[in-house]
Amino acid sequence: MTHSRPLLIFLLMALAALAAFPLIGEEFYQGLVIRLMIMGIFAMSLDLLIGFTGLVSFGHAAFFGLSGYLLAILTPEYGPVSIWIALPFCLAGTALAALVIGWFSVRTSGIYFIMITLAFAQMFYYYFNENQDLGGSDGIFIFFKPSVAIGDFQLLDLSNHNTFYYFVLVSLVISYLLLSNILKAPFGQVIRGIQANEARTLALGFNTRKYKLVSFVIAGTLAGFAGFLEASHGGIMSPAHLGWHESGIAMMIVILGGMGTLYGPVLGAFAMGFLQDYFQELWSDHWLLLMGAFVIAVVLFLPNGIAGLVAQLRRSKGDAP
Amino acid sequence: MDFVTFLIQVLNGVQYGFTLFLVASGLTLIFGIMGIINLAHGAFYMIGAYICFWLFGITDSLLIAIMAGIPIMFVFGYAIERLAISVLYKRDHLYQVLMTYGLILILNEMQKILWGSDFYSVPIPEVLSGSIPMGNQEYPVYRLFVSLVCMVVAAGMYVVIGKTKLGMMIRAGASNREMAQALGINISRVFAVVFSLGAALAGFSGMIDAPLSSVYPGMGNYILIISFVVIVIGGIGSVKGAFVGAMLVGLADTFGKVLVPEFSSMVIYALMALVLLWRPQGLFGRAT
Amino acid sequence: MSKNNKSRRNFIAGAAATTGLVAASSFIPSRFAIGATAPIKIGILLPYSGTYAMLGNSITNAMKMRIEQAGGRMGGRPIDYVAVDSEMSVPKAPQNTNKLILKEKVDFLVGPVHSGIAAAMAKIMGQRKTPIMIVPNAGSNAVTGPLCAPNIFRTSFSNWQPAYPGGVLMGKEGHKTCVTISWKYGAGIQMMAAGRDGFATTGGKSVKDILLPFPNVEFQAHLSEIAALKPDCVFAFFSGGGATKFLKDYEAAGLKDKIPLYGPGFLTEGVEKAAGSAADGIKTTLHYASNLDNRENHKFRADYEAAFGSGPNVFSVQGYDTGSLLLQAAAAVGGDVEATADVISVMETSKVPDSPRGPWAMSKAHNPIQNIYLRQVADGQQKLLGIAAEALEDPAAGCKMT
Repeated sequence: MTHSRPLLIFLLMALAALAAFPLIGEEFYQGLVIRLMIMGIFAMSLDLLIGFTGLVSFGHAAFFGLSGYLLAILTPEYGPVSIWIALPFCLAGTALAALVIGWFSVRTSGIYFIMITLAFAQMFYYYFNENQDLGGSDGIFIFFKPSVAIGDFQLLDLSNHNTFYYFVLVSLVISYLLLSNILKAPFGQVIRGIQANEARTLALGFNTRKYKLVSFVIAGTLAGFAGFLEASHGGIMSPAHLGWHESGIAMMIVILGGMGTLYGPVLGAFAMGFLQDYFQELWSDHWLLLMGAFVIAVVLFLPNGIAGLVAQLRRSKGDAP
Repeated sequence: MDFVTFLIQVLNGVQYGFTLFLVASGLTLIFGIMGIINLAHGAFYMIGAYICFWLFGITDSLLIAIMAGIPIMFVFGYAIERLAISVLYKRDHLYQVLMTYGLILILNEMQKILWGSDFYSVPIPEVLSGSIPMGNQEYPVYRLFVSLVCMVVAAGMYVVIGKTKLGMMIRAGASNREMAQALGINISRVFAVVFSLGAALAGFSGMIDAPLSSVYPGMGNYILIISFVVIVIGGIGSVKGAFVGAMLVGLADTFGKVLVPEFSSMVIYALMALVLLWRPQGLFGRAT
Repeated sequence: MSKNNKSRRNFIAGAAATTGLVAASSFIPSRFAIGATAPIKIGILLPYSGTYAMLGNSITNAMKMRIEQAGGRMGGRPIDYVAVDSEMSVPKAPQNTNKLILKEKVDFLVGPVHSGIAAAMAKIMGQRKTPIMIVPNAGSNAVTGPLCAPNIFRTSFSNWQPAYPGGVLMGKEGHKTCVTISWKYGAGIQMMAAGRDGFATTGGKSVKDILLPFPNVEFQAHLSEIAALKPDCVFAFFSGGGATKFLKDYEAAGLKDKIPLYGPGFLTEGVEKAAGSAADGIKTTLHYASNLDNRENHKFRADYEAAFGSGPNVFSVQGYDTGSLLLQAAAAVGGDVEATADVISVMETSKVPDSPRGPWAMSKAHNPIQNIYLRQVADGQQKLLGIAAEALEDPAAGCKMT
């Protein structure tokens, strides 16, 4: 995706602001921004499906949560687990789940795809909800952040909240670059073709089902990465992380930020985070009412999201749309 | 389990299936005929129950409460369709999901503002409050009554959609909106009627369930998910499918609870996945 | 062209300003400490939206009422309340907790209702010496069990407490076999286990333990199961709307008169009117009964009704006692609540003589040692039959402080 100059400048400035934040922000706000960055990664992964492949998955939170639970299972009560073991394990486990769910799901399309992804996510939700060994509805702890060490030499101390902040920030940037490059590659062209017109892409000789499946697995695995970070950050994982409300909020973030842009969903995550806080201050008893009105307003008036606004500025500058 | 208990469990499953059908029928109409994903369906169910509770408080008669409540739900559904839904016909499913998700939030909070967070009760009418002995337990007459009502509604829907002019217009609009419009059918009005009908059906099922389940915030959440499962299994847009789907889900859920209690909550989702694997469009859905 | 340049500049300026504002707001000191007249900050993490809002409001109302009645000050200092809606959300719990601890820097943290959130909070608390956390509801045994900590107290109950005497009661009334049924989540599982243990002390046995996924309320299949099993009695825990439905379904299936129903008080608490005849005659055990005949309870009920327009419930009592505990502790240290260790030692040896539930004391695991009352529903009200267990102390298995 080639960006215009103003957009590039904006993104770099935002990145700089994020990088500088720990120097001025208090610990609580750092924690908040970390969570928003993690949501940004999660939302970007969903954007790959919704915004670029045309697959509306209503069960994306399942991968987010599954990865977190895997980390919880791996982390012992009295010390950290090594990241060299934990991260590959979580990603592999999530990729496998995405492969299985995806294989079933991409055989359907449209509303059925939405429903079947929801169904699978619900199955995962109920599994963790019922499983008392994993804490049931109360959730499970992740007692320590993973250790990043080679032998006895510690590379990074993730329990230091500044270090962890930059770790997440770098993860966000890497995720963005990874997705961006995937989309620039021929693979990206094909899935965009599938989104535009699957029949035609099929007629061109591409095995669309296989491409959709690969996209689904990539998206799911990246969501798993976000879940790994979330579990490390919050220290607790619960079935609610897999629920359809979480998936719904993720979709909301993608649209609010602007789907099909990759950076949009990250903006959306930050916007949602601040908005939620703001609404709760305004009307603490019934802030969900304000949230609902806001969601409807976005659907009606801002279908291209914040990124759409940014793109409008780009267009009005005379660049090609 | 012995044979008598088995039969009673079958009865439980079928009776649950009937109530599911009543709730899901409105959803499949809206979905199948208008192509609209209405996540607020559970909220309509809940609002129906609260309206019934409110009217019962005024009139002291469940019958009058329901009779008055249904037109209120119809008008309410019409208003929502005109204000919020009609703008989404040409838009992607995604926007419908989000719009109706926003509606859920608003409707849930409105309910809390109007009626608070306590839970309320609507008593079963005297004449229907007995129980029929059946083996080692008794079966509440009211539940059988609800099943009867569902059967009547099912028959009614079959007749209206299959045999009347309105039904024909609805089916035409569902197959090909532009063509139907070109033939002079006022599709907007038909869709508004269908949506209102769907909302009224959802509200009606909330009303008739109210004596059984009591009236409380969030009572529509579980109903929503399970309604979707029912119509996806049955095939979207097919009332017959909704009926068969509801029966399957009712029986699967009932026997799942008794035979595999460890996984009972996952049974209906596994069922849905199986059906979709075999027939991706649902049992009676149109092949896409 | 210049117009567009301007709008672009404005946009970037706006973005920078927003970032700056967010950063700057973290500079604003969250409290001005001017000696001992500085307000004491009480953070509250309770549900104010959703199905459990009623509990959040009941607890908050009663706690504030109690403190108001004492002059609105703790140890002579004014009070700043900061309430955060927990939304009953476990994923948001770490963030919400940190908001109160790190951003608002509260002296006391009151909450939550949900046991999962309690666990998340306890985990954070266990790694810190301050602030002091007071749990006004969540009954998870673990909070005063394996997760117990010097700065964690509870003014409500442990899931074991109201349920264990219920099991004993079943045996005392001559039953030998029972079926337990509840939701499959922490509270349900722990209460059923406690009931079974109590029942076992009288020689009783559970023939089947039914757990429904939470918050499923389709009981028919299980009621048929129970009818087929023919136990002497049934021990059940549900609450709120679920309890109402269960009671009504139980009666409609003809089981109420054949197989007596027992349970912890929550089964019938607050649902007497909604359940109607279905609740009549059912005996339950709870650490509170609305018609307890002591001066404090009568005054409490009158005051609460006058202030809030409806009668209080067991959750209000818990909130009220939280207020009492806070007042006591602040008074004992002369308002110097920053001396956390001193506050803790006062709270540890607390006796709360003026509680509407009757006098109770704090156990070594920081859970109330309290009476469990036997109640029976009659004419849409709870009638007090007597004390089922006097000064019952939770075994606090796994707590390192005992």
